[in-house]
Amino acid sequence: MHESLLSVGIDIGTSTTQLVISRLTLENRAGPFSVPRIAIGEKEVLYRSAIHFTPLLSETEIDAEGVRAIVAEEYRKSGFRQADISTGAVIITGETARKENARQVLAALSDFAGDFVVATAGPDLESILAARGAGIDEYSKEYHNKILHFDIGGGTSNLALYDNGTLTATGCLDVGGRLIKTEQGRITYVSPALERLGAAVPGVPIPRAGGRAEISSLEPVASALTRALEQAAGLTPPDGLLKALMTRDTAWTPPEGVDGVSFSGGVADCIWSPPGADFAYGDIGVLLGRAIAASPAFQRAGIVRGAETIRATVVGAGSHATQVSGSTIFYRNVSFPLKNLPVLRLTEDEEGSGDKLAAALRQKAGWFADQGGMTQIALSLRGETNPAYGRIQDLARGIKEGMEPLLERGMFPVIAVEGDVAKVLGQTLWPLLGAEGAILCLDGISAGSGDFLDIGAPVAGGAVLPVVVKTLAFQSRGAANTSQQQRGDRP
Amino acid sequence: MNDKELRALIERMIAEVAGQAPTPQVKGSDYHPMEPQGVTRPSTGNIDPAAAIPDITQTDLRRQYLVENPRNGRAFLDLKQKTPARIGLGRAGARYKTATMLRFRADHAAAQDSCFSMVDEAFVKKGGFVPVQTLCRDKDEYLTRPDKGRRFDEANQAIIRQTLGQKPRVALVVGDGLSSAAIEANALDCLEAIRGGLKAYGLEAGPALFVKFCRVGASDHIGDLTGAEVVCMLVGERPGLVTAESMSAYLTYQPHIGIPESKRTVVSNIHRQGTTAVEAGAHIAELIHTMLEKKASGIDLKL
Repeated sequence: MHESLLSVGIDIGTSTTQLVISRLTLENRAGPFSVPRIAIGEKEVLYRSAIHFTPLLSETEIDAEGVRAIVAEEYRKSGFRQADISTGAVIITGETARKENARQVLAALSDFAGDFVVATAGPDLESILAARGAGIDEYSKEYHNKILHFDIGGGTSNLALYDNGTLTATGCLDVGGRLIKTEQGRITYVSPALERLGAAVPGVPIPRAGGRAEISSLEPVASALTRALEQAAGLTPPDGLLKALMTRDTAWTPPEGVDGVSFSGGVADCIWSPPGADFAYGDIGVLLGRAIAASPAFQRAGIVRGAETIRATVVGAGSHATQVSGSTIFYRNVSFPLKNLPVLRLTEDEEGSGDKLAAALRQKAGWFADQGGMTQIALSLRGETNPAYGRIQDLARGIKEGMEPLLERGMFPVIAVEGDVAKVLGQTLWPLLGAEGAILCLDGISAGSGDFLDIGAPVAGGAVLPVVVKTLAFQSRGAANTSQQQRGDRP
Repeated sequence: MNDKELRALIERMIAEVAGQAPTPQVKGSDYHPMEPQGVTRPSTGNIDPAAAIPDITQTDLRRQYLVENPRNGRAFLDLKQKTPARIGLGRAGARYKTATMLRFRADHAAAQDSCFSMVDEAFVKKGGFVPVQTLCRDKDEYLTRPDKGRRFDEANQAIIRQTLGQKPRVALVVGDGLSSAAIEANALDCLEAIRGGLKAYGLEAGPALFVKFCRVGASDHIGDLTGAEVVCMLVGERPGLVTAESMSAYLTYQPHIGIPESKRTVVSNIHRQGTTAVEAGAHIAELIHTMLEKKASGIDLKL
């Protein structure tokens, strides 16, 4: 089987906007006598856009038309048509995600960029996409070690810790190259995050906007930011510095015993090949890059050079946001793609028996139905490793009974199971529903409450579905680390 | 038995083996380890636990690494998670360590046991199967005469005709094959899932046969006797050292005596650590539906 998908990634960051187009190749990894197991094999980036500054109308508003024009122009230059693209992700990252009109910008672009391109944002997803775009997950797997990846953008640094190829934590710090902006020797902007830092930690003098942009006054800031990164990696003991630079509503516990660190984002380029001028980009990115390169703590830990630097996040969005479902699935009469299905995740106890499942579903699914009238939901179940058929029948009955209020309102069952039971569950449930209407059961997908699912049209001869699991956009998720651990390595 | 007879017997056996369907083996890549390792503990009865020695088959081989002073033992253990192969064993002089040697013999014994033991008659009754038997009279004959494991005598032929009727669309058959443990562990759930799945495609299958001393080729005789459109046979796989509980499904469109082996479609590695019985059943139900639609199986069936 040599089927491939074209995937687009669009990253609208605090400082830059980029686009890549990748080809994802599907392959069957099971032996010839076995049930097929289709996975995304090779991921090849076919087109990389130029790196554009993100057009802003003001400090709090993105120039949606400007972004749209950039994407349209890059599509034209790439030679690919919108209709050729079958999957992908648009992601708004860093401080930009907190801009007032971010949601509208995403909505506009999402419709622009192909049929099944999802809009997404959220710091933990951003961390994962950047680390995977830089190839750090693969590196950690290949060398069986623990690597902390920093994606240092304009306003924030996204952290992702990979241990033996498995994501174990994500985090976010207010450390970036554009926390201070300069123009013609003058400081034009100082981020509120730095002002908070100045107030919280004595001994780090924060310059003011309007002052002169000088190495002597700005180097201490770059050095303080670097010390915070060292502390985040657990290389030096944490103090008030790390706490002050923690992004609002996020948590981060410095890991023990990292085998190395890696960097991506615009500042990463300034680590290895800094431009000659101190303020080449009108910010402190160059100074920050130099300070990181000179850090004895990072040198001792070992710096891993990733496959991508400034393009890590956009490559991650283009090549790594899409996953495929398990290869034994069941669907009837579904009009793909399905977009933005809110996930209802039940507790392990509620999955325990058909009756409990029905009761929990009636209670919780009703909640979705009441909110804003009709909402098609996706039910997320764990499933068992080796269930008896009786157990599957019991589950199917429970789902049918529990979903009745929703089915009456014209919705259909969308069930995402982690365990490999989707086909048998679907085949059992379908006759219970009178073998008519729509139904979708897929497995190999793990999603938690608060996530959204986008499910594309079947590929590989109808055997698998492309799926993007999205974290809740534009809302802070307290304790992002723990929720990530529960869901395991994704997307 | 003189030399000449022995020679003839061996030659016949070699010819038989060479002409047989490829037997799928449990491949490392198709093996999904799960927790805990599924070994049933024998009942301890009145045994004093303090006096008992530890059961070496309880050790999870994927977590056992015996090399002393390794350069990177953690990385090796990570790799071991992906394979049931016996690697990273260390050595005593030029030989295996005692633990490795004993474990190998224990696993080999389990494989032999499952090959030589019979499927429990209570199991056949509980599953509602109609029992039949091939021409083999006992296990020894079954193992030495594969040809006899593919044919039925007249009494059994009559039962088969009566059970399946004439020209059924689907005939479901369970055969003991080379592992009774595989059948007892998987066949019932798998069969129920197949029936449930067939229902979703608007198909019904009649009662299922249980064939004692069964080879895959018995499908062909059943095909000739009944004119079944598709014969689906669940059969115990030759046990290996990884698991003795692996079952396969052989599906043949319009089987008849003499049909080439290439016309069979195989779903192998059905066991708790491979493809689970219920999900394999769902897959098989869809395969049956596809075969009936495309009127083909094996290499003729383009999926």
